[in-house]
Amino acid sequence: MKILATYNIKGGVGKTSTAVNIGHLAARDGLRVLLWDLDPQGAASFLLRVRPRVKGGGKALIKGRRELDAAIKGTDFDRLDLLPADFTYRNLDLILDSTKKPTERLDRLLRPLADEYDLIVLDCPPSISLLSESVLHAADFLLVPLIPTTLSVRTLDQLSDFIAGFDGHKPQVLAFCSMIDRRKRLHREIAEHLPEERSDVARTVIPALSLIERMSVERAPVTAFAPRSAAARQYAALWAEVTERGL
Amino acid sequence: MVESFPHDFVLASDGRPPVDVVRATLAPRFTVAPGGRPRTLRLTWLDTFDWRLYEAGLTLQHSVGPRVSEYTLTASDGAQITSAAKGLRWPALADVLPPGPLRARLQPVTGVRALLPIARVSATVSRIRVLNADDKTIAWVAVTGMSLAGPGGKNGTGLPARLSVTAVRGYQAQADRIARCLTVAAGVTPAAASPLDDVLAAAGRHPGDYSSKIDVKLTPEMPARCAMEEVLLRLLDTLEANVPGTIKEIDTEFLHDLRVAVRRTRSGIKLCGDVLPAGAPEEFGGEFKWLGDVTTPIRDLDVYLLSYDQMAAGLQAATPAELDPFHDHLAQSRQVEQRALVRALRSHRFLRLVKAWRKELAAPAPRRGITAAALAADRIRRAHRKVMKRGSAITPDSPPESLHDLRKRCKELRYLLEFFASLHDPAIHGQAVRDLKGLQDCLGEYQDCQVQQHEIRMFAAQMMTERDVPATALLAMGELAGKIARRERRARREFADRFADFASPASRHRFRALTAGAGR
Repeated sequence: MKILATYNIKGGVGKTSTAVNIGHLAARDGLRVLLWDLDPQGAASFLLRVRPRVKGGGKALIKGRRELDAAIKGTDFDRLDLLPADFTYRNLDLILDSTKKPTERLDRLLRPLADEYDLIVLDCPPSISLLSESVLHAADFLLVPLIPTTLSVRTLDQLSDFIAGFDGHKPQVLAFCSMIDRRKRLHREIAEHLPEERSDVARTVIPALSLIERMSVERAPVTAFAPRSAAARQYAALWAEVTERGL
Repeated sequence: MVESFPHDFVLASDGRPPVDVVRATLAPRFTVAPGGRPRTLRLTWLDTFDWRLYEAGLTLQHSVGPRVSEYTLTASDGAQITSAAKGLRWPALADVLPPGPLRARLQPVTGVRALLPIARVSATVSRIRVLNADDKTIAWVAVTGMSLAGPGGKNGTGLPARLSVTAVRGYQAQADRIARCLTVAAGVTPAAASPLDDVLAAAGRHPGDYSSKIDVKLTPEMPARCAMEEVLLRLLDTLEANVPGTIKEIDTEFLHDLRVAVRRTRSGIKLCGDVLPAGAPEEFGGEFKWLGDVTTPIRDLDVYLLSYDQMAAGLQAATPAELDPFHDHLAQSRQVEQRALVRALRSHRFLRLVKAWRKELAAPAPRRGITAAALAADRIRRAHRKVMKRGSAITPDSPPESLHDLRKRCKELRYLLEFFASLHDPAIHGQAVRDLKGLQDCLGEYQDCQVQQHEIRMFAAQMMTERDVPATALLAMGELAGKIARRERRARREFADRFADFASPASRHRFRALTAGAGR
């Protein structure tokens, strides 16, 4: 079982769209996938039509396997399950802080799911917190959507430096240019040059397309409701690049 | 046993499309939507030869279609485990499945028995989504039309279409409600049997149609000869049923069950042969001894190979890898012995034996002489007395042969109890068998250790003459021999207590109750 997290300190960069589409593509390829919507806003849960509610809230989930099992919901797609968001996740930092070795807690909670799932996708809230640190420790692969700006690249460097300081297990980091607006020259330039300059940036870019925004209307992955669209093809290319890099 | 199928239904063929039936039944509570194009699948059900999954209330189905190769294990409460796996060839042990919950659930049930196809159909599966107020799929209703695979894989007999409701994870309560709605729908009947039961019935097979148990129904008044012929015919059926699996090496239990049937037959001939036609015991006793003897070397190797992993894992000084040459030797010797066994089972001598024995047992019997009840009481009493006498004579200084002899007498008593089980009070019979089994387990362990001690020395000598065997392998085998010797000593020490249990007043009272009516 592998754990993939979509992560960025900033919000609105395409983390949830990526998590939902990548999760769907992996399930379509035959993997048993669990997507955990860790964001209390519950966007991934909304997109997959699952009510963002967990019995006992985040506190119950962090306790152990039984609570986790009971909270998992199947989606409309074969092999893709969801651990829904809950508004109490806003306090996950505090809940984790009350446990022993809080940064290892998420990993210890998820590893026993290996007999049920081949891939766990964590859709993280935008923040730097104890939760995100716990996610970074648990993940095998970190998928980082980047809006192509100079500041975003600087943030990627900070993230890579932070992970380099970990003892033992470190996730593989793969950033990709997200929400590319072809009308903007800076977007075009950065999206073109960044993958050439940095090995931790994917060749695939995800453009800002209205079809991706339409996911919130269709309440489904774009790879499911418009599988032949340019958007779906780009997500498929990104998923292929992720698997090529050894996920 | 599978008894009810709360989420399975049989669909009447009244011409209405199944999706319309489901839509009309579930409205307005739930809405439905088509769940993709119908798929044509080949469905194969797997079980062990002795129906271990069926007996445990489990069904294992393999679905194969375009881009699908999926195994689904369904429990009697409807709980399912699925696993995608391609390229597996059956029959095989459950170990060949990829690691995961399916294999973990199957292995303790199937044990040393291989899974083999027991029924095949070609099926067309259409799926209907059942949606909640958020248009979220909460359950799937599968409509499955099946036809029994005919000769050469062509479609044969058609079976009634079935509807089955499967909850999407986390929506079981809603799926239960959907199933309850369908229970009262027009044109839909709750299924009385599982799909597998329907398929087996259409194919003319009965679940549980093989068991190594002697499940004959004798009556106390029936002539003893008729009773023995019924028992021996049942044993012959078991013997013959296990021949193909033994020849094809499907799993080691085919040979084991075949050997047990032979041993029971030999005991039946020896202990009750006087009620059979004159000359039969002499004519067939020797032939069944031959058959038993040709199966012994390979079974001894199987015993080693079956416990090999456990033995290797228990090594303290040596490593499991150092024992590899020993494993290779066992496996190669098994191949040689298997070829010899196959020759024997295909020989004219074997074919003549089973044919002549069946003819002998099927011959009309005169309806006179002692009754089955009298025979049972007399022979069990004698066999019990023999066990008591020989067991009581064993002291800590007695030679191994005396325990070996007692073990054989115990087996004879056990077989007699099994032959005549249907004549006895089940409670007393069951406890008497348990009393005896405690003693048999101890004697069996002692004898197995004796045989293994002898054999491991013989194997070591063979390995040294046949190939360049590393010293580390011989040292590892030495360590194994030491472990076996410790087990042997423990079994020998335990014997006195086990025999005392068997000889207890309560146990003797039970045997007296079973043999009441026999002449003293």
